[in-house]
Amino acid sequence: MSWQIIQQSLPMFQKGFILTLQMSALGILGAIILGLMCSLCQYFKIPVLKQIVGAYIELSRNTPLLIQLFFIYYGLPGIGLKLSAYTCGIIGLIFLGGSYMAEGFSGGFDGIPNSQIESGKAIGLSQGQLTRYVVFPQGFALSIPALAANIIFLIKETSIFTVIAIPELTNTALDLIGLYYHTNEYLLVLVVGYAIILIPLSIILTWLERRIRYGTFGD
Amino acid sequence: MAHSGINLIFEGQNLPRLLGGLWITIRVALIAIIAGGVLGIFLGVLRTFKNRFLRFILRLYLEFFRIVPTVVLLFLFYYILPKSMNLNLPAAEVATLVFTLWMAAEASDIVRGALISVPQHQVDSGLAIGLNRSQLYYYVLIPQSLKLMLPAMMNLISRIIKTTSLLLLISVLDVINVGQQIIEANQKQYPQGAFWVYGVIFVLYFLICYPFSLLAKKLQKD
Repeated sequence: MSWQIIQQSLPMFQKGFILTLQMSALGILGAIILGLMCSLCQYFKIPVLKQIVGAYIELSRNTPLLIQLFFIYYGLPGIGLKLSAYTCGIIGLIFLGGSYMAEGFSGGFDGIPNSQIESGKAIGLSQGQLTRYVVFPQGFALSIPALAANIIFLIKETSIFTVIAIPELTNTALDLIGLYYHTNEYLLVLVVGYAIILIPLSIILTWLERRIRYGTFGD
Repeated sequence: MAHSGINLIFEGQNLPRLLGGLWITIRVALIAIIAGGVLGIFLGVLRTFKNRFLRFILRLYLEFFRIVPTVVLLFLFYYILPKSMNLNLPAAEVATLVFTLWMAAEASDIVRGALISVPQHQVDSGLAIGLNRSQLYYYVLIPQSLKLMLPAMMNLISRIIKTTSLLLLISVLDVINVGQQIIEANQKQYPQGAFWVYGVIFVLYFLICYPFSLLAKKLQKD
């Protein structure tokens, strides 16, 4: 183990680190938006969309990201759709994450006690008001733990981007190992790199969970 | 499409080869799920004990496997085992080891969660009729917590199977690796081969994982 080697490799790891953060952020944002739309389609039981969303969720949850990426990156050009690796990575992450986020939101909406909805109706709220004042605030608060777990999961999944040669953290480490054979040093930096992202994030998300949680009846 | 690329799948030995690769994938997953599941139940039971030190060590083990992405775990074991411990295992065995340890870590958390949610009066009643510690676990806690942990276990199993797609990275000859070989060997004849081969592998993974996800949903409802 030599500190000099680690020091020399840091600028390259820094680039990978930033790319990992950037792609994670875009992918997670897209996944949250897609997931929210999907869960709303399911919550309001919109006829055709509901079935499409159901099929999408099963398809995306039951296949690995790696094969989704391969299909998008290597398979789609065969039928004339050519995308850059970067775009493919983000699309793959959104395709995978969207279904996990949708399940998270659905879990939150389903977790609202029936008494809340009925009370809302009893005091004469319209469907729109019910959604705005009862379903959304309580549903979001309930879905935060699931969303937090998904965010961590998606950041870890970005390590798979290495297979379509996106120079993120894992890819940087593998490249350097291939070039200079300082395996231990580079693997250490790699693990520390993920730890720097994930440990603080997991602490912040746990704090947020406690902060946002609405008191339920009887608390 | 004049000559549809799907023929590539059925040409020569291509389909049996793909299924052969799939078997290697499944074997790694199966051994990891069984061995890791047993180890996970054992560790989960240990984590409900009062010993602070033991609990800390096991927690650390769990968090390590949670924080480090599986790709990185695979490389850590693949590179460091031979170098630092002089243990030269074939790639498939390294992968089995990693997945077993990972399964054990995640399963231990599920088992612990299920064990501590068995109602307290069950434990008290067990102790009242004079069961000792191991009898308490064997006759009361484990049977009752099994039902609680099954849905999460099903999800974990399907996650393990999906993650075996990473075997390719440490050059195990798994289904995706075989797929790549087929695509490359037929590049000239079937320029759209990638679309069909990866499409078929996509469907294969879906067919294996979907039953587990259905089962998990069904178990959750009961």
